[in-house]
This record gives sequence, C-alpha cells and structure tokens, in this order.
Amino acid sequence: MSQPALLRLSKVSKRYGTVQANKEIDLEVHSGSIHAVLGENGAGKSTLMKLIYGVEQPDAGHIYWNGQEVHLARPSDAQVLGIGMVFQHFSLFETLSVVQNVSLMIPGKPAELAQQIADLGDQFGLSVDPHAMVHRLSVGERQRVEIIRCLLLNPKLLILDEPTSVLPPQSVRRLFETLRKLQADGMAILFISHKLDEIRELCDTASVLRGGEVTGRVDPREHDARSLAQLMIGREMPNVAHVAPRPPGEERLRLNALSHPRASRFGTTLEGIDLKLRSGEIVGIAGISGNGQQELAALISGETRAQEPGMIEIMGKKVGHLGPMARRKLGFAFVPEERLGRGAVPEMSLADNSLLTAHGRSMLSRGFIRRSVERAFTRECIETFDVRTPGPDAEAGAMSGGNLQKFILGREIMLNPDVMLVSQPTWGVDIGAATAIRRRLLDMRDQGCAILVISEEMDELFEICSKLHVLHKGHLSPALDAAETTPQEIGRYMIGAAT
Amino acid sequence: MSGLEFLLAGTLAASLPLLLAALGEMVVEKTGLLNLGLEGMMAIGAAIAFICVFHTGSHVLGFAAAALISTAVAMLFAILVIGVKANEVASGLAIGVLGLGLSALFGKSYESRTISGLPKIDIPVLSDIPLIGPTLLTQDIVVWLAVLGTIALWWVLNRTKLGLIIAAVGENADAARSIGYPVVLIRLCAVAFGGAMCGLAGAYASTVYTPLWADGMIAGRGWIALALVVFGTWQTGRVAFGALLFGILSLGELTAQAMGVGLPSQVLSSLPYLVTILMLVVISRRRSGLV
Repeated sequence: MSQPALLRLSKVSKRYGTVQANKEIDLEVHSGSIHAVLGENGAGKSTLMKLIYGVEQPDAGHIYWNGQEVHLARPSDAQVLGIGMVFQHFSLFETLSVVQNVSLMIPGKPAELAQQIADLGDQFGLSVDPHAMVHRLSVGERQRVEIIRCLLLNPKLLILDEPTSVLPPQSVRRLFETLRKLQADGMAILFISHKLDEIRELCDTASVLRGGEVTGRVDPREHDARSLAQLMIGREMPNVAHVAPRPPGEERLRLNALSHPRASRFGTTLEGIDLKLRSGEIVGIAGISGNGQQELAALISGETRAQEPGMIEIMGKKVGHLGPMARRKLGFAFVPEERLGRGAVPEMSLADNSLLTAHGRSMLSRGFIRRSVERAFTRECIETFDVRTPGPDAEAGAMSGGNLQKFILGREIMLNPDVMLVSQPTWGVDIGAATAIRRRLLDMRDQGCAILVISEEMDELFEICSKLHVLHKGHLSPALDAAETTPQEIGRYMIGAAT
Repeated sequence: MSGLEFLLAGTLAASLPLLLAALGEMVVEKTGLLNLGLEGMMAIGAAIAFICVFHTGSHVLGFAAAALISTAVAMLFAILVIGVKANEVASGLAIGVLGLGLSALFGKSYESRTISGLPKIDIPVLSDIPLIGPTLLTQDIVVWLAVLGTIALWWVLNRTKLGLIIAAVGENADAARSIGYPVVLIRLCAVAFGGAMCGLAGAYASTVYTPLWADGMIAGRGWIALALVVFGTWQTGRVAFGALLFGILSLGELTAQAMGVGLPSQVLSSLPYLVTILMLVVISRRRSGLV
C-alpha cells in the first residue's frame, strides 16, 4: 500500500515488575481492514490494546498515527485521534438508560442522541431501544450499546477486545455483519480474540502474539485453524483423546421441579428445573451468565437452601434443606466460578486453603490442625495437578487464574467425590491449562464420578459432555444429546428462541 | 396552642437538621462512599456556629463557619479514604469521634449559655390562611431556604448531567474512569458537600432550633440522618419525607408528655431511635427478599 498505515507501532515494549508484557511489538493497521490480534490469555494482547488506547504508556518504542508520531497519555487523547474501544467487560452503567449511558460520553440533548442511536442502529444493524434500562438488556444488546457509543465519536479505528466471548452464536453472526459494514465504510478494526475460526472467517490480517512478542503476521484466510493454533501456543495443539464414555451408572444428583425466587432485583428466579446426573457421565449446562447460573450453583452446593428438601437429591437423599458441609459429607464437591473469595481465600496460603474443604482427611486432631498432613496434602495436589507455584506456603491470591483453578480443582478431586459440580471451569485460563483441566474432568468421569459442568464456552461443553442443557432466564431446557445436537440448536435455546 | 397546631408549627424546624445531614450523606453515598461520621460533623458544626453567633451575633457568619469546619473534618475523611485508601467504616467512625470530642472541647466554656434564635417570617397572604397560616407557613428564613435547596438538589440529581455523572461514579467507578471522568475529584466534592450540609444541620440545631449550648446536644441525630438515607432509598423526595416523619416523632414525644400520656418520658424519648432500628430491619429484610 502506498499511503501510510493508519496506525503503526514500532518496537513498543511494556514491562510490569518482572513481567515483560510486550516486547518490541511492530504492528500496522490500515483503513478498511479487519486486523486480528491473536494470542492466548497472558500473551500480552490486553496490554497492547491499553497502550494503543492510552490507558497505559509504553516504556519504549513509538506509535504513529497517519505517519505522525503520537503520545497517548490518557484514553481521551486516543479518542481525539479517532480511536474507539469496546471493552471485554462492558463499561456500561446498569441503573441508567441507554441514552443516559451514551450522554455520559457524547455531548448533546437526550432526544437528539436517541435519534442518532436509532439512525446508527438502522445503518449498521445495531438496533437497540434508546430508552431501555441497561440492566434489562441482553448481553448482545449491551455490546451493541458499547459499539454505538464508540461510533458516535466518529472513530477511524475501532478496537474490540474479545467481543464474541460472551455472545450466543446468533449474535456473533450479527456482530460480524455489523463489522463488515463498518469495514466497507472504510473503518479500521482491531479484533482481539483467541477463537481461530472466527478470525479466519472475519479478518484479512492477523498478528499472532506469544509471550509478549509478535510471532507471526499472516493472512488468516490462508491458514487452517491448526496452524494458527500452533503459531499461538508455539507447539502442537494438545489433543484431548476421546475415550468413549461407558454407559452411565446409578443416579447421583437429581433436581425435581427446582424453583427458587430471586434474591434481589438483579437476580434470576429459577422455575421448575429438572435434571438427572448419573455416575460416569458429564452433563453440561450452557447459557450466558446471568440467566440463573449463579443461583443454580448456590442451590446445588447448599449455599442457598431450597424451599423443599425434595427439590434436590444427592446420592438418593433429599438434601434441599441441608447446608454445604452436610452435602459434602454425602460425597459432593463443588468448584465455584469465583476462584478468589469462594473457591479460595486470597490472603491464605495454599496449605490453609486445602484445609477449607479437605479438613475431613485427618487434618484435624481434637480440634487442632495437623500441619504436616495439611502440607503433605497440598504438596501432593501441587505435584499431581501441575500447579506452578513456589510451594504450599504461596498465597492463593498471588497465583495466576489458570494455576489457581488447577489447584482448586485438584483439591476437590483429591477428596474422591461421587458427584461434583464445576462452574465455569476454564474462565480466564490459558489453552494449556484449560486442556489439562478438561482432561482431568474426563478422567474423573471414567473413574465413575458424576460431573455437572456449568459453562459459557460452548466448544468446551461439546468436547466433554454427553448431555447438554441450556439455562435461559431461569428455565432449563430438556436434556439434549451432545452427539446429536448442534451449536445452532443450543444457540436458539440460549436466546430463548426454542424452549 | 393545641397539639395539632404545635406539630404544624414545629415539624419543619425539628426535621431540618435531619434533612440537611441526610441529603448531604445521600450525595456522598450516591458516589459510592459511606461516611459514618455525621454525628461528629454535626456536633463540631453546632459548637462552632454557637460560639460564632455568641460573639458576633451574626447567624450568617455562624452558618458559614459551621459549614467550613465540618467540611474540613470531612476532608480529613476524604484524605484517609480516597487518599491513603484506609477502611471507610473505621475512618468514618474515627472522624465522628473526633468531631464529638472537638465539639465538647470548644463548647466547654459555653455550657448553658443562650443566644437569640432567628425570627419567624410573616409572609403576607400566606400567614392569613386559617390554621396552617400562622403555624406551618410561618417559619424562619433557613427553613424556606432548605425547602428550596431540597427541590434544587432533586433537580440536579434527576435532571442534569451532573446528577447522571454522580450516579455513574457511584455505580461503576472503574467504568466512569475509563470513559474519562475524574472519579476522585467528584468523590472529593461529594464528601465536601456532605460535610458542609452536616455543618449547616448542626448550626441550625444549636443556633436556631434550640439556641442554647449543651454538650451532646446533637443527641444521635447524625445516626438517624444516616438511617434516613437508607430509609429514603437514596431518593431526595423520600429522604425528605423520612426527615419530616422523624421530625413529627420527636415533637410528638413532647406533645404526648404535655398531654399527659401515661408512658414514662424515657420510653417516649427513645421512640425516634426505636423507630430507626425498626425501619432499618424492615428495609434490610425487604431488600434481601425475605418479605
């Protein structure tokens, strides 16, 4: 191309303490191009975007905009140039309406803004009610609001940070159509993702990041997912060997018309949930978070008591009225979605965190803690489950998400549970650790454990589950056979188009 | 004067310290902070205002000085909480205790001294309305200003961009920061406003409502104001309504005693506090979905 790149980065580096987050990154983005930044969690994608958006400043290197060197001290500097960013975790205010949210960023009278929102909606397929309260909107609609808010600033470059990670498949299609229209309009788009198929479908250029460095610049349409993955993780994709599950055994967990009113205005009421889980099988619950996942997990774990004892049965016993401790005594184990605060206490050492659920494994003697048993258990967990940490005395809060998840899952697995609930097992975990975690779950299944997995990652559910349910607005779909259903069918349940 | 006339005439004035302090705290809480030091900020404001009026005779000076000193104490809270990220609850309680202590110290030599209050204003036509004219509608200037101020605050919070920004900062400070709002500055201003309002509330209590200095004269009104914010679910109108309700309760206690209701005065005096506790229990039960 003859004209200078819209955005050019030259040898940009950023270091946090001892971690080199970005190292001598070169990047060129042209108008009318959808440019993918591809990499695992922790590869430095987010840091790079923060540098481009002015949230953080590079330690070294230069950033050029239309050929001119620029210094971005704060996000407003980037906005003035024409850089807009849609964050992975939306920066919307739930108690305000769409127009109010927009007016916090864009000057103008509410009525005019509402009109502009409607116009943009028509032009780019971003329809949303300007006067709706944000907390009533679906995730897809919220993302549209974020994009509209950016577009109202007339950006020349739009950055999208993992935009599809929270969307059901139908909304992903719609987002892609919008992005293609914007591209045709001459906008440059930086698309950050670790989903290879999406990048191959949408993007015309890809920069692959690994360990903070650019390891490849490719046209993703000319590579298959496997070779992109190899660039991304630097080795062959680990295969999950699919052992065909044995026929499931006896029933271990059963929900009988489980209903529960919501606890707060922003909660979800659960209605008439039926579910059966047998030994030797993994059942998955798909759906977007906020449709009752947290409420359901709390009811099954015992943190919330059910209204009737018979609504929940574990190992054939009615347990709806029992607390978490009593349910664990029956052979139940639980890995919650929040690792810090519920799965582990951040300020405590790993050894003390072991004690929290494994105290029954002769760690106590007449009310006193037997430190040697506690440490031995923790050390075994660290070794068996490949937790990368200095040792049992390391603070839980100082560990990376993937490592901590391996530890918490390992701690629960070492209790030899008969039935286990795992919520969002690989949220924020890199591919290597995620593969290891799925592997463990399959091993557990083969040893006869009954496992219920709640997850937003549909690929993951299809990979390990034999049966799938979808949770949408507090209703659970009937059981679908994973071998027979399709992501599209699951997607219809996720947005309530099928029941 | 009948019991009803007494209530009509006195309710607004009795509610005023509660109203001002509660509205100030409401703005603080809307930006996502919690300042528990209301009682102390009111007490120091009350003492300084009394001393100022005692020596100068000027109520304007008294109110101004009270607003200033209470803002200064509130800024101490801001430095602790926003500046060095100290625990909010502990910091609020600490500056509350500090305010109470300073108020006792400064007020020591003025114990039981009196000053003149503010005159009630006769507004032509309005004062001639039977029953409510000479009672409800004959108030001092501060009451009228407070009524206007309450309406103005409602307007700012619900109808202006500033109100929107305050709500945004309180709901999601990180998001507000990411779209470029100076979160720290906004919170600082809110804490200052809350402090100034407590100062004015204290000044009204000590120089207009009961123009006589006695140590501990705020007598828990800071805590009631704090509860009122929750009772009013952070909405200006409801907080004002709550303040009026408690104003009536505190007067009702006097009326009941005057009318010879056969309850010990201690029971009646504790009524506002009991109702506060009751309110908080009811509200928290409803909010956790148990009712």
